[in-house]
Amino acid sequence: NLSRWGIFVAIMIARGKNASDLFPAVVKNVACKNIEVKKLVYVYLVRYAEEQQDLALLSISTFQRGLKDPNQLIRASALRVLSSIRVTIIVPIMMLAIKEAASDMSPYVRKTAAHAIPKLHSLDPEQKDQLIEVIEKLLADKTTLVAGSVVMAFEEVCPDRIDLIHKNYRKLCNLLIDVEEWGQVVIINMLTRYARTQFLNPNINVSITHMCESEPATLAKRKPYVMDPDHRLLLRNTKPLLQSRNAAVVMAVAQLYFHLAPKAEVGIIAKALVRLMRSHSEVQYVVLQNVATMSIKRRGMFEPYLKSFYIRSTDPTQIKVLKLEVLTNLANETNISTILREFQTYIKSMDKDFVAASIQAIGRCATNIGEVRDTCLNGLVQLLSNRDELVVAESVVVIKKLLQMQPEQHSDIIKHMAKLIDNIQVPMARASILWLIGEYCEHVPKIAPDVLRKMAKSFTNEEDIVKLQIINLAAKLYLTNSKQSKLLTQYVLNLAKYDQNYDIRDRARFIRQLIVPTDKSGALSKYAKKLFLALKPAPVLESPFKDRDHFQLGSLSHLLNAKAAGYQELPNWPESAPDPSVRNVEVKDSVCAERTVLTGPEGAGVLLLQTTRGSSNMQDLPKKRPKTLTKKNPLLLYLKNQKSASESESESESSESEEESEEESEEESESDTNVRKKRVRLDWNRIPCIINFDQFDMNKITSVFSQTLAPSGSIKMYELLHRIKGEGLAVEYCFSRQPFSPEPNMVAVQIQFTNNTNSETKNLHIEDPRLQSGMRIREFAEIGLQPSESVTVVMGIDFCDSTQAANFQLCTHTRKFFVSIQPPVGELMTPAFLTENDFKKEQGKLMGMNEILEKLTLGEKCVNEHVIVERVTATANLSRVPCGSDKECRFAGKTVSSGCLVLVTVTTKEGGGAQLTVNCEKMLIGTMLVKDILQALSQ
Amino acid sequence: MIHSLFLVNASGDIFLEKHWKSVVSRSVCDYFFEALERATEPENVPPVIPTPHHYLINVLRHRIYFVAVIQSEVPPLFVIEFLHRVVDTFQDYFGVCTEAAIKDNVVVVYELLEEMLDNGFPLATESNILKELIKPPTILRTVVNTITGSTNVGEQLPTGQLSVVPWRRTGVKYTNNEAYFDVIEEIDAIIDKSGSTITAEIQGVIDACVKLTGMPDLTLSFMNPRLLDDVSFHPCVRFKRWEAERILSFIPPDGNFRLLSYHVSSQNLVAIPVYVKHNISFREGSSQGRFELTLGPKQTMGKAVESVLVSSQLPRGVLNANLNPSQGTYTFDPVTKLLSWDVGKINPQKLPSLKGSMSLQAGASKPDENPTINIQFKIQQLAISGLKVNRLDMYGEKYKPFKGIKYMTKAGKFQVRT
Repeated sequence: NLSRWGIFVAIMIARGKNASDLFPAVVKNVACKNIEVKKLVYVYLVRYAEEQQDLALLSISTFQRGLKDPNQLIRASALRVLSSIRVTIIVPIMMLAIKEAASDMSPYVRKTAAHAIPKLHSLDPEQKDQLIEVIEKLLADKTTLVAGSVVMAFEEVCPDRIDLIHKNYRKLCNLLIDVEEWGQVVIINMLTRYARTQFLNPNINVSITHMCESEPATLAKRKPYVMDPDHRLLLRNTKPLLQSRNAAVVMAVAQLYFHLAPKAEVGIIAKALVRLMRSHSEVQYVVLQNVATMSIKRRGMFEPYLKSFYIRSTDPTQIKVLKLEVLTNLANETNISTILREFQTYIKSMDKDFVAASIQAIGRCATNIGEVRDTCLNGLVQLLSNRDELVVAESVVVIKKLLQMQPEQHSDIIKHMAKLIDNIQVPMARASILWLIGEYCEHVPKIAPDVLRKMAKSFTNEEDIVKLQIINLAAKLYLTNSKQSKLLTQYVLNLAKYDQNYDIRDRARFIRQLIVPTDKSGALSKYAKKLFLALKPAPVLESPFKDRDHFQLGSLSHLLNAKAAGYQELPNWPESAPDPSVRNVEVKDSVCAERTVLTGPEGAGVLLLQTTRGSSNMQDLPKKRPKTLTKKNPLLLYLKNQKSASESESESESSESEEESEEESEEESESDTNVRKKRVRLDWNRIPCIINFDQFDMNKITSVFSQTLAPSGSIKMYELLHRIKGEGLAVEYCFSRQPFSPEPNMVAVQIQFTNNTNSETKNLHIEDPRLQSGMRIREFAEIGLQPSESVTVVMGIDFCDSTQAANFQLCTHTRKFFVSIQPPVGELMTPAFLTENDFKKEQGKLMGMNEILEKLTLGEKCVNEHVIVERVTATANLSRVPCGSDKECRFAGKTVSSGCLVLVTVTTKEGGGAQLTVNCEKMLIGTMLVKDILQALSQ
Repeated sequence: MIHSLFLVNASGDIFLEKHWKSVVSRSVCDYFFEALERATEPENVPPVIPTPHHYLINVLRHRIYFVAVIQSEVPPLFVIEFLHRVVDTFQDYFGVCTEAAIKDNVVVVYELLEEMLDNGFPLATESNILKELIKPPTILRTVVNTITGSTNVGEQLPTGQLSVVPWRRTGVKYTNNEAYFDVIEEIDAIIDKSGSTITAEIQGVIDACVKLTGMPDLTLSFMNPRLLDDVSFHPCVRFKRWEAERILSFIPPDGNFRLLSYHVSSQNLVAIPVYVKHNISFREGSSQGRFELTLGPKQTMGKAVESVLVSSQLPRGVLNANLNPSQGTYTFDPVTKLLSWDVGKINPQKLPSLKGSMSLQAGASKPDENPTINIQFKIQQLAISGLKVNRLDMYGEKYKPFKGIKYMTKAGKFQVRT
């Protein structure tokens, strides 16, 4: 039983047992039909391929076959497993597969391609350059599915190539809210770094006022700070994500605001972070670490939430300590009394580590806030009589630090502590007391020598740090009160001379030379008093979280306070802003990229002309935002992203007029007499054509066409209603070549409406279709258009496999327009996936009347197979059929309405000749198709 | 990102491992075991442990440590959040997330982990998608599978992954269409010795169980949406609509899910439904201590306080407690010094009390520490913040669903200091 056996293997792997002996037996099952077994085999293969490289190679062909599967999910999973096999020999195969998948029509496959990039990079870092190209291509992708994965790949492969982000920056900002949550985290972190290199510090004015208060002149000279709109865009689009249910997303936004937002706006993140504190204790731990860092720089932000950081007896110790840290950072003159009262209850806790931390916290509050220093000190002195030794010891250490600030007033406390030395056993505390007595021996002249006497007695049993302090005390007393302590000092130094510890022996030797004058002693002994009894600066009690914010918050490195492998430094703000225009993206105004194979005699020339025009347009319109673009993206439209409509209004209008004039001159020069084609051609020419350099568009188009497995394709926009004729309403359509899901035997027609007027167009719908018998229309739902908004809808038309036009009326709330859609014959079919054998078999059935043969001479540009494939698939919606011979290209498709097979073969011959064969049951379609393909190929 | 995952049980054994990149030897967990040994309590293990070549990030759920191995910089919360999502998924699939359940379903666990991460980066974490890919085991299915030899793996491909609403399966069908919402609020509070509130906040969630056919579009509106100023949503909620109209509009996932959670912070006034009168005292030199505790209802809006459970960690010096409850039962564990009293329902006419004496170690001095009292309770039919759902409407489908809303208030971390 295969599945049981699979379970057995899975258990072996899960338990960490080595199951590699089974390799041949398992891999044999890679092509098994049972999905569960298949998946387990994949798991096994990925796990052991590295150890059994030769055998792993046997399975590769299965995945290569999967990569060509018509089902996107199978293509994706094949790529996923193939790229997970860590065998260096297959690097070229992987590279090829990734490149192909990157231009797949399915966003899910492209997402998988993005996932595969880091895998290949870790397997063979030499592929980096090629992979960067793929990343660049995928970065331009506009689907939310791909965005997160490709940014992840970017972060792993080439995080320093910030230049790749420019063109995609605005798109990423706009897509962000719809990306899946894990992708959001990665994108936000990357954009934080990006923004630090591209924008100016929004708090620059504030810091300048701080620095240059004495020099108002410099301040006046500086330009007032204006935030880059792109900077604002980022802040605005990330803000809603503070409401995410995913703690990692909230943290990512919080760190973005902390590092990038103007001071006045940072406050909004506090509420969200406080909310996270209710989550699992691990989340709480990480959040508190970050809050601790933030609360040093921006104390005011968390002050209103002070009480949320109060400690419960049930919190784990590590959480308690962190909360304490935050409370200490938040303490100021106004709230210190509440905080101290709270601390008092903490000291009574049963968790002694926590009590020790509380005492330290009190010490820090006391040093930072002068008003409460005495209160704190009194409180701590009371703790000295606590029964718990740890508490007493910690108090001693803290008191020592506090006393150093003003020793004169506190000789009582020092005396009190001197008495404690008999009872306290904790070395650190004993050492602290000894140091205090030594340092301030003049304040306690009677007690100090007595303490030294006691310590001399117990010297041998002390810990090392205590011994060192005893030596110090002895030395200091010798210098101030040599009469009483000379012999004791000698005794202690002699003991220390024979101590086991190097440090203590060295220290003893050093001190003896320094303080006991001999004839050999050098010049230094004269300064002994100065050396030992110099005034020592009081220690500054600092938060361990101070300055941790030079690490990007929320990062692993910040948490560990050490650079983790692969950490990308958060750059400093630039002095002056880099050119913001790098982020500008060419915006198509009303057309998709026009890369159609031109049908007119002057075609090539026009194409050239348009290329130059496109690029000049790009320079003319640097202000364009990708918003307009987003708006026209059908996917986003579907999500009803209308927010941007008003913002882009003015921009698109200004460009409109420019293009209009160009258009008209174009129209005049047009002189075509071919009646049959005139309509289409003219319409086509009226469309302002821009070669679109925005990568994504290419990609989208490619994706539409990649069903045909052509590496690139083209999509042609036709005009349904001209702007002038439509009184401001412009309508265009294209054949999207996607299956029309509600009715599979209809051709999907994508219609794009653009409202160029200043008023709303309401109730756009279709009325009164006049159709040939048998033809049907599936209308789109009624829509409305805001001024200068543009909306894309999809409708379905069953053309009954004929090129008859579908006539209907397009109605708005005020007007009706007669329009018609006439399909080119190539759009009446959908790709069919056949194997070579199936193709031959089917072709055999469609001989005689159903076969049309035509000889032709290939155009100059049709130099290779690649171009031929591109041109044929551009003309007709067919898919390529694998073929053994390199002289032949085969394509297959089915008519949409009746499902008749359409088979096309192009056989190339020496010297530019070729033969075109079309096999189709419907002769009319066959004939028309031959005509169109001939024209496409002979250019 | 996430390199490997090890599952460690309470006794410190690795019982499952999974690698998404090259294999990391399980000896890397030695660093984790070291930290485990150092920690006094199980929850005191630091969540992030650096080792010379790797970083270990762990979470503790259901007495199992989920230890993820990381090799380079990655936001720690990213990993922690993901690990919790893994646990939630296991719980969703097997009902419980215990070592036994994981071992019994090792194949499903393996398949799940394989689908959830690709090369260490999360791929499918949405439970609806996963359930399409891998069917959760049920007793019936296990029986059928053993007899027929069929599998848990879904035969059809997960189209949900490609959809615009990835959280919802397509083609959902029910004969009874129903949508139930539970508004559950938890009160976190610290009450001081004298009975005044030091801090109190409310943590609320709206959990939903939606079993509706097709692609329903729901809107939920509140009587007093202003209460919800700090909210986090399930990704299905349309954020813009909430911003503009304060209405929750969403296409729900199929089955159980958390629609939103909200937080009413300590700056607002929070009603405290119970009060505690206590007198816990130790006298110097005596080996006896007094213990008195009385509970009573405070601001309960006329609703009954039920399932009350009081627990307290008594000082280490206490040897035994001899107490007398007016209702319910109490236990005292002399080893952990944990006192717990199962009170049940509070009767306002006859307040429950627990009185008696504690015996201390002879000769030991009186303990410094004061125990804190933790209280758990439930109040049905009440959302203590005052939140009320106004109406629930459904669009996009023609049938009439059953609708229901339930309110409940519970004690969260409710603590009384003495």
